[in-house]
Order: sequence, then C-alpha cells, then structure tokens
Amino acid sequence: MTDYLLDGGVLPDGKAVQVLIKDGLISQIESVVSTLATTNLQKISINGCIVLPGFVDLHTHLREPGREDSETVESGSRAAAKGGFTAVSAMANTFPVADTAGVVEQVYALGQATGLCDVFPIGAVTQGIGGTALAELGAMADSKARVRIFSDDGNCVFDPMVMRRALEYVKKFNGVIAQHAQDPHLTKDAQMNEGLISSKLGLKGWPSVAEESIIARDVLLADHVQSRLHVCHVTSSGGVDIIRWAKARGIQVSAEVTPHHLLLTDDLAESYDPIYKVNPPLRTQRDVMALREGLADGTIDIVATDHAPHPAENKECEWQAASFGMLGLETALSIVQATMIDTSMMSWSDLAVRMSTAPARIGGYADHGQGLKIGSTAHLTIVNPTRAWKVDRDLVSSRSRNTPYHGMEFPGSVVATFYRGIPTVLDAKLVSAAHGN
Amino acid sequence: MRHLLSTSDLTYTQAIRILDTAQEMARISEGPVKKLPTLRGRTIVNLFFEDSTRTRISFEAAAKRLSADVINFSAKGSSASKGESLKDTAQTLQAMGADAVILRHSASGAAQRLANSHWTSGSVINAGDGTHEHPTQALLDAFTIRQHLRVGTGDLRGLTIAIVGDILHSRVARSDVHLLSLLGAQVILVAPPTLLPIGTSTWPVQMSYDFDSVLPLVDAVMMLRVQQERMSDFFFPTAREYSHYYGLNADRLKKMKPTAIIMHPGPMNRGLEITAECADSARSVILEQVTNGVSVRMAVLYLLLAGAPNEDGEITK
Repeated sequence: MTDYLLDGGVLPDGKAVQVLIKDGLISQIESVVSTLATTNLQKISINGCIVLPGFVDLHTHLREPGREDSETVESGSRAAAKGGFTAVSAMANTFPVADTAGVVEQVYALGQATGLCDVFPIGAVTQGIGGTALAELGAMADSKARVRIFSDDGNCVFDPMVMRRALEYVKKFNGVIAQHAQDPHLTKDAQMNEGLISSKLGLKGWPSVAEESIIARDVLLADHVQSRLHVCHVTSSGGVDIIRWAKARGIQVSAEVTPHHLLLTDDLAESYDPIYKVNPPLRTQRDVMALREGLADGTIDIVATDHAPHPAENKECEWQAASFGMLGLETALSIVQATMIDTSMMSWSDLAVRMSTAPARIGGYADHGQGLKIGSTAHLTIVNPTRAWKVDRDLVSSRSRNTPYHGMEFPGSVVATFYRGIPTVLDAKLVSAAHGN
Repeated sequence: MRHLLSTSDLTYTQAIRILDTAQEMARISEGPVKKLPTLRGRTIVNLFFEDSTRTRISFEAAAKRLSADVINFSAKGSSASKGESLKDTAQTLQAMGADAVILRHSASGAAQRLANSHWTSGSVINAGDGTHEHPTQALLDAFTIRQHLRVGTGDLRGLTIAIVGDILHSRVARSDVHLLSLLGAQVILVAPPTLLPIGTSTWPVQMSYDFDSVLPLVDAVMMLRVQQERMSDFFFPTAREYSHYYGLNADRLKKMKPTAIIMHPGPMNRGLEITAECADSARSVILEQVTNGVSVRMAVLYLLLAGAPNEDGEITK
C-alpha cells in the first residue's frame, strides 16, 4: 500500500502542517513530519490548501436499484468523491424500496465494490415507504449494512402513531428516524413555496407551515418517547425556530440543511424552468438567512446534499410535469464556502464539524468523522479555497445533469479526496486507479 | 413583440396599440368582406393540451379572417399521462413549419417554457396556462369595457372594475389585474378569503370580502366561474352559501350603477355565480365579449406576425 505525505497543507485553524498517511491511517500531523520510515512513499504538494476530515453526506439519492438511468451507486460514488465525500447515505426510496435487509445489503455491497466512498444505506421506516406499516427495522439494523438511519424521504411519516412507534422501536439499536417533514394534506399537488411568487405564477403553493407543523409534532413525540429525531432538509425560518426551542428543552433532535436552501430562493421559479423545482421547495431570502444563522449557531447540525439525480426528460418539460430534485454532491463544499465561510458566518473548523464530525455521529459511522486524529482512518478532503471554478452540467460525474448551478462561478474547490488512505481525487480529478479496491 | 405570454409583459403603448388594432379588425368584421389577406401563406397552430372549444374556435376564426392556414392540434390530457411531451409536440410542429403556436395547457408557465426553449422558433401565444394567465381574454375584457364605457378609444382611467369569485385559481383574473390596472382602472378583487391568493396585498388592486359593499362603486363587474371541484377542497361550505354571498342576482343588480355592465369569461354556471336574469339582462355584455374575442385575437396575430402598423397606424390590406 502506498503511503502519502501531504506537504504544505493548512489545518482548519490555520496552522501549516505536513500530514503523513501510513497504512491507510493518519500517522502524523506536524509542521515537519519527523520520521519517514516507509518504503513506498508518495509526496503530494498541496500548497496552502486546507486539510479537512472526509465529508459525510446523510442524504443522497443514488437511485440504485431501479432508476439506474439517472444514477447508480458507482456514478453517485464518483460524484461523491469529486465533492470531497468519503461516506454517503443512500436514501431508501428506490425501486424496490430499501425496506428489507436484502435491499440494504445489496446497496451496501455495491458501495464497497465501487470503493470510492462508503455507501451506508438508509432503511425505509415503513413498508414500501407507504406510511402505514413499519418495515423490518431490526433486520436492517442487524444486517451487514448495519442500518441506523431510517427514513421514508420523499414521503413524510405522517401518521402520528406510526411515527411514535418508529421513534420508540429504533431505541433498541440506537437508531434515528430522519423525517421528511411535509404535511401531505397541506401540500397536495404543491409545486413551489407558497408566497408572493407562487401567487403570481399560478403554481400551487407548498406553505412553510406544512413543514413546521410536522417538525413541531415530531420533536414533541421524540421528547415523549425519549428517542432520536433527525429533521431532513429544513427550509424555513419557522422550522429553525422550532428546532432551536426543542434543543433548548434538551430534546434529542438533529437537523440538516441543503446547500441549495442556503443559496437559492423561490423567485428563480419565475423562469418556469423546473431545474429549480425541488422538494421541499426553495423559499425566500428571509428563510435563507435564517438557515445560515441556524447552521452557524449549531441549531442546524449538518449540511446534507439531498443529491437527487433525474434524467433529462424529467426536467425538459412543463414545471408541473417535472420531477422534484437537483444534483448536490459535487457543488456542496463550494456553496457552503460561499454562503458560510466567505460571509464570515462560520470557520473552516465549523465546516469540518457540519460536514464530517456531526453527520458521522448522527449516522453512527464510527470510522468516519474522527476529525484529524492520529491513528484514525485517513478519510481526508483537501480544499483549495481560492481555486474558483465554473459549474458545467456537461462535466459532472453524476449520470444526470440536473444541476441548477450551470454557469455559476464558485470561489473554492475540492482538489483531493482520500478514502481509507487512498486518493480518489487528485488535482480536482477522479483517480481512476482508486476504483474498485 | 415576438410572443404574447402574459399581460404583465405589455407596455401601456403596446396594450393601447392592440386595442386600437382590434378596433380596426372589428370594423372589418362588420363589413361585407370579413377577410384580410395579411397572413396568407403563414401557418398557425392551435395547440390545445386542454379542452376549450370556445377559445380554440375564436383563435381559429381570427386566424382564418387574416387568411392564415390553421392547424388544430388537440392533445387532451397531460403530457405525462399521454406519454407525448410538450417538447416532442413542439419540435414536431416546428418541423412542419409553424409560424405561430397558440398554446392552451393545464400547466402554469407552459407557454413561457415553450417560448424560452429551442423547441420552436415561431411566436408563442398563451391561450391559457394552468392557473397563471390568459392574456387574450384580458385584452378582450379591456376592449369590451372600453367599447361600453369609454367610446372605444383611450384607456380605462377613472373606471372601477370588480373581479368576483375564484381569484386563486383564475388565469383570467391574473391577466385582468395586470392589464386593467396598466390601463388606469381601479380593480377590486371580491372573494371569500379562501379564494384569494397569498400576497394579493402587494398587487395593484383593492380587496374585499363583501360583495354588497362593492357593488355601488363599480362600473363593471366580472363574475368568475366557480369550478364544482372547489367545494370538495373546502374553499367554501356549500354552493348555496357561495351564491348567497358572492353570486350576482337581481337584488344585487339593483345596487349597481345604472350604467354598470356585467361580464363573464364563460362558460357560466348559471345559478351559482350568476343568475339567468343577470346573465341575460340588458346590462350583460357577455356575448359581446365573445364577439370581441375574435377581433382582439386578430389584432394579436396581426401585430405578432405581420409586424407593426404603418406610420398612420393603418392596417395594410
């Protein structure tokens, strides 16, 4: 196994260091690494780049099995590596749904076979994400995939009794229910944020209260049964307020925000271009600012991409006919830097927590999110904060091209990713040799 | 002007020009020879993804009076359910050489999507997109109001016009609000709170939940169709209660100014939003709206496809 010496790096706190990766582990982090007792050493110059723990995404749609035309575990893993991720969590709304030990083991095995990042399957809460009968949560937890996060994402676990039972049941193996908070009655046929823009455009509204009322109910349920709740993709200022209140009460709730909700607003729908159609929808500038503040003060624990690939025909159509969702893995870091670091709302150390430590902790991914700790597995993401780039939908690693950022320029980029001590990305390009280890 | 997608895209001058041109067209339509050779050899496609016999026929009559070739393409049902996408249909029509596409679609924004795509190079005329806009309906409304209350010229300054009913789902209301206020009229939206969109306080209109208090103020009242399915979605308790508060009936007619006119974009639910005696009264201009629709659509096709009128504003024959 090749060992690596990263030369000229900078820690999140600004300290200049060399990092030695030996036998797949972080071996030394020193201003000058002392002993290089290694035979097969490759020195990589990363002048001035920031060394971060490998990113962990808790919300990724890899589409396999069932919709391999839009993404596969392999293509999604490539996009993940490109975006600096060393672990992603594959959402359960596949065909068939990941609601049995068999499906989650298959997805997990595909991830291991691809070998570009860990793919941790998320199990469905209910059978067929139908919302009525619990899936075999225990069997998925005990499977080789060791599932700890359960979610019907795409659908809300709306029945309060089903939600209560799910929260209770996963306590047995310290699981967590990741809720897609959306009251289905308040959002029937909804197309975009309900507000001034939806009224003008004649598109059916998806009001913030449909999210907030479910978050409020769920934090109270989590409190009552003393279990863990994770709120997927919070979008509204009201949602942030409820989570802040719940945390102050000591309720075990964590929350995520997507890069697109940190950056984009509902007025983009005025183009009627469904590249901006996403669920939950883009909201107002006021919500965007509340989300940024929530992420900065820790009310929102993590950034999660909700990477949602779709084939061209599902976006090259009328808004109403189009699918919800946008790509996210390859642009996540750049957007978080632009919205949170370059605005001085967050430090690089904070970013390391929000994109690595905290998601790994919530998901129970013991091998990830260890920070830059000597002796831990070398999952590392190297970021050049001044290497600006322009997004080109024709150059994405994902199998789909539905990025809303085409043509936009961002300030920094992921230049290298190390997964288990092996580079999957170098010079901002995928390393083909890393494939299928 | 290449497309007509929304009345909010129109300038005051453009709006007046369309109305003035429609006036000319109306004059021609009343003459012995109702036909102009202006668009001879041009192909206009009526692309209707949603049923609307009256709007389609109106556009067809308008195009034929301008000597255009008209193709009617009816693709009922949504693109998703029929398997034929808007893109494929548009590209097919483009390959057949359509100069203009008149699009009716159940999806809001479909016309704008088509106009901004590379799927067709022709002009796109929005003939109603979902719950967004129906600009030619607003133009014919303005034209009709101008005929009756402003002797057929100028704008609508000084007039007060109530639009009553299901504003939330009405593409006619959205187009009317932009156009009538652009032309200087004071618009009052009258509806129960459930049928007013969020944020109408930022629109250039007044609002009222109380139809009776508005009636004495208005010069024209536009009654909107109430879809039967709104009842199952709890927008109001019963049809009877809706009629009681928001229906136009003989008693309410008496509260209106003697000069005020009654309008409706059709098709009417007689007995629900309007009683037969109001719909058929001398104050009703509902059938004139239909007639004027042809003139207004002729004007729109003419201005989009044959270029602007000459210096004198005269239509070249």
